[in-house]
Amino acid sequence: MPYFDHAATSPMPEAVISAWAEASRAVGNGSSTHRDGQVARLRFEEARENIAQALGAKGFDTTLTASGTEAINLAIKGLFWARNGMTAATVPPCDLPRTRIITTRTEHHATIDACEWLEKSCGAHIDYASVDADGLIDLESVRELLGDDVALVTTLWVNNEVGTIQPVADLAALAAEFGVPVHVDAVAALGYVPISLSDSGVNALSVSAHKVGGPVSVGALAVARGTSIVPLIHGGSQQLLRSGSLDSAGAAAAAVAIRLATTDIEAHAAELASLRDYLRDGVLRAVPDAVVRGSQVSRVAGNLHVTIPGVDSAYLLFLLDEAGFSVSAGSACTAGVAGVSHVLAEMGSTDARGALRMTLGRSNTRAEVDEFVEILPSLVERVRGLTVS
Amino acid sequence: MSGGVDSAVAAARAVEAGHDVTGVHLALSRMPGTFRTGSRGCCTIEDSLDARRAAGIIGIPFYVWDLSATFIDNVVDDFISEYAAGRTPNPCMRCNERIKFAALLDRALELGFDAVCTGHYATILNPDSATPELHRASAWAKDQSYVLGVLTTEQLRHSYFPLGDTPSKDLVRAEAERRGLSVANKPDSHDICFIPDGDTKGWLEERIPMSDGDIVDRDGTVVGRHDGALSFTVGQRKGLNLGVPAADGRPRFVIEVRPASNEVVVGPRAALDIAEIAGERHSWAGLDPVASGLTSGTALDMHEFEGEVQIRAHADPVPALITVANGEVVVRPHVPLNGVATGQTAVLYSQTRVLGQFTIDRTVSAV
Repeated sequence: MPYFDHAATSPMPEAVISAWAEASRAVGNGSSTHRDGQVARLRFEEARENIAQALGAKGFDTTLTASGTEAINLAIKGLFWARNGMTAATVPPCDLPRTRIITTRTEHHATIDACEWLEKSCGAHIDYASVDADGLIDLESVRELLGDDVALVTTLWVNNEVGTIQPVADLAALAAEFGVPVHVDAVAALGYVPISLSDSGVNALSVSAHKVGGPVSVGALAVARGTSIVPLIHGGSQQLLRSGSLDSAGAAAAAVAIRLATTDIEAHAAELASLRDYLRDGVLRAVPDAVVRGSQVSRVAGNLHVTIPGVDSAYLLFLLDEAGFSVSAGSACTAGVAGVSHVLAEMGSTDARGALRMTLGRSNTRAEVDEFVEILPSLVERVRGLTVS
Repeated sequence: MSGGVDSAVAAARAVEAGHDVTGVHLALSRMPGTFRTGSRGCCTIEDSLDARRAAGIIGIPFYVWDLSATFIDNVVDDFISEYAAGRTPNPCMRCNERIKFAALLDRALELGFDAVCTGHYATILNPDSATPELHRASAWAKDQSYVLGVLTTEQLRHSYFPLGDTPSKDLVRAEAERRGLSVANKPDSHDICFIPDGDTKGWLEERIPMSDGDIVDRDGTVVGRHDGALSFTVGQRKGLNLGVPAADGRPRFVIEVRPASNEVVVGPRAALDIAEIAGERHSWAGLDPVASGLTSGTALDMHEFEGEVQIRAHADPVPALITVANGEVVVRPHVPLNGVATGQTAVLYSQTRVLGQFTIDRTVSAV
């Protein structure tokens, strides 16, 4: 079954499965003092260093979490609290000095919901920077919003729906002028564009291992030295910013997956972009009125996102699934229903119900793309023929 | 699949009968949170999770289809406008008529399916023929043929009710248990799915402008005040707070709601007895009475025959003379009907067979 939904999750390579299984065979809690514990700790630290290295960060400054979402929550809430005078040991003052968070309306729900939670519970105020029709952040609007009372700036490195790559280094340099820390959600960037905490100049960067074939249960937050973050989870301080037993096996598997995904990244991305362009040309030939969404210039390699007029993508996805193709509408689901995308809405698209996101990975072939392009027009016609309800 | 036990067992039986089955849960709310009031057997987030889990156990693919827009247009808004006009609608019938066996069925047929299978307790005879018949379930206590009375021949030909021959709900629960379905002991849903807390009066008051008015008896004498006539239902006894006692000292009931004059009319229980009901909006489930040979008349718009009428989902059927004349169905029950409100649906039967239904537009009191 052709799998065109790598942005949802990616297949786990054999080498990752082996690393996970091998590490799982050993007993030992990384916090124990005996040799079994020391072996588990060593495995965890090696994995963490490898992951940190792939992210342009240092081992001890990288916290392994149980998901990308947790890493993003830790970054946003932890930065907000730290910037408002809270430490791991103190309660926040009542009169917060830096209540504003700068972000965009095209973020992943991990960011939206974390920011909105801070707004409701901690008196945060969310300021939205503008994005253009391609989803690119307008740095001038960020400049206008920056100031002493801003706690943090947070945005995506690569938009998870439409694949637009943000000018992260420029954003970091701009925020640095105002002394405001920047967090980037690099979940959709990992393995597809070169990312580096140190080179980009951002203060914190979140990733998730399963987007590149690692375990779903491993995320990571890399933090620049000198940036304070208050932990979310308490209970043993196994990592500086996170309590909870060290997942040595998960870390080992994630490290292998991330290494495989980030080695020769330019060559792999070029190959993937070429397959994606082949898919794009085929889709536009098959459905001439489909509209490609997101930047055509600053775009992540594996992502093709289109809107198809007159189509409710829920039913197109159903027919594609029946035909053996795993594809997505790209937007978040609530109880199984893909909502109309907030990202497309912000980009000014009016036919967001017909959104179709195809995200390719290394396992995909031209033959699969050909098969997809061949079947697509008849399925689109069937969905267009559905009685309006 | 609503997330309840009946549709789960119906799906499992359909698979066992050799059909190629796909589970579909209907998302009927666009406003996340509106229906999230815990698991109630239908229409909440938890119910969709239960439905998905049941599909997984049965081993069928599962999808959620968003029919919220058409549900709001056809069921919720209709419910509000019917009440605003002083009538008492049945939203579940409306949902069957416009959503489950219309919007959902149409979509399913267009997407290549043959039929919609549900957990309703009713039986279809000769489903594959040109003349399918809808009958009561073999277990009368659970019979749901009343709410299916709106189905037409074409809809019946593409409907499938695997639970129709089950003697009792307990057996369905036991079967669910045996099949490992975690919804086996889930309570039945009773209330209106789009009114989360079950407070229909409060829900309506938020949506229909209401004002204070008089409660009058049949002579027009003011006997009390109400805070909004439209939230009263014919047959209602509680919540009247009448200041003036009845001459005979007996309880009084709502016998009519008058939206134009914002009046609620009360009277003795006997005044609820209805000798005739009639309505124009009608449909026949399968062959019409003329084609079915039930009537000596031959003109579809002018004939009469003996049958039974049922005016609520769980009311007893009452023998009646049924007349069709000039596009109107008129029913004269042989014993008076009790507590009939306009807007209600009357379903017509011939023994176990559902003949059709009409929406009650007018009633004639027996006294």
